[in-house]
Amino acid sequence: MNELVKMVVVLTILSAFSGGLLAAVRNGTMERIEYQQLINDKGPAIKKILENASNNPMEDKFKIKDGKNDISFFVGIIDGKANILVFEGMGKGYGGALGLMVGVNIDEDKIIGVGVTTHKETPGIGSRAKTESGFTAQFAGFSINEECKVKDEDGKVDALSGATITSKGVCSAVTAAGDIYKRLKPQIIDKLKAFSK
Amino acid sequence: MAKSIQQEFIKGLWDEIPPFRLVLGLCPVLGVTTTMENGIGMGIATTFVLVCSNILVSLLRNIIPSKVRIACFIIIIATFVTVVELLMQAFAYGLYGTLGIFIPLIVVNCIVLGRAEAFAFKNPLIPSLADGLGMGIGFTLSLGALGGVREILGTGSLFGNALFGSSFQPFTFMVEAPGAFVCLGIMLCLMNLIGNK
Repeated sequence: MNELVKMVVVLTILSAFSGGLLAAVRNGTMERIEYQQLINDKGPAIKKILENASNNPMEDKFKIKDGKNDISFFVGIIDGKANILVFEGMGKGYGGALGLMVGVNIDEDKIIGVGVTTHKETPGIGSRAKTESGFTAQFAGFSINEECKVKDEDGKVDALSGATITSKGVCSAVTAAGDIYKRLKPQIIDKLKAFSK
Repeated sequence: MAKSIQQEFIKGLWDEIPPFRLVLGLCPVLGVTTTMENGIGMGIATTFVLVCSNILVSLLRNIIPSKVRIACFIIIIATFVTVVELLMQAFAYGLYGTLGIFIPLIVVNCIVLGRAEAFAFKNPLIPSLADGLGMGIGFTLSLGALGGVREILGTGSLFGNALFGSSFQPFTFMVEAPGAFVCLGIMLCLMNLIGNK
């Protein structure tokens, strides 16, 4: 009996110690990791969408709470007007979660560009959604309020040949971004006032 | 026949070097040594886990009941591997991306569990630390050497710097999995030749 108690106690205390240490390390590194993901994963996509912006979108950014998550919005100033917003929508691709940066012109509610950030798609097949600019270029001009679908489903998007599920994943990410946009638009307009100079 | 602290440390560097003598931990040896930088990075991560787990197991060796010792070792090792993973994500994002799934796989690296069971559980703190450090550094050297050979022959560069002119035909076989096996085999053969003189 005593042996059993000792085993349970040791395992419990060890697990508690492990949990505590991991929580502490996670908290300590969370900000730094977010920064790294920003620079390495999201940065290139944001920079590409906001090629013509006169500001640095990595600095001009704000966060809005959407339910349990904090959504980061990156501001693009073109021709003196702070009316371009870039943020991430999540979709479900072939191999897992698919992250998509969507650039929206808030005066016209139109998409100006998209860029894949993180994905688990098959290299050489689904991964082309990130590398082929011909695929992502077609999203420019679409309305953010419309549901985004591939041509096979009566939509407007030309799917990548051989990567239909990935293409549908990108569409679902655009639709998700549109939902976020609709939900948070009043707060977005409010926060953007700080950037109009 | 007790060894001195220096002997515990040195044995991991040649006589009992993990991949080539103990023939343990071969999975990452083959998987990550595509470049010297990856090999050394993986080695350092493994060494950190090995040293920390050896220290903790040795400190707790009189408290952990023998019947649940493997479960306790796994909790300890998995905790330190997660710490390493978070630290890499925060401070070495590029390496984290290239090593990918091999970082969590350190948990099941035979060297770490093997040294905990065969040594740290039965020996005091300082010898366990020396053992962990020696084995870890030996492992890092092996990975670095193998990575170096594969990188030089397979891509004609070291640490990303081209060594030869453009007339060099890369022996790309070396950066693929079969090349890794062949390279490992040749190095094992050479070590045995030198060692048995």
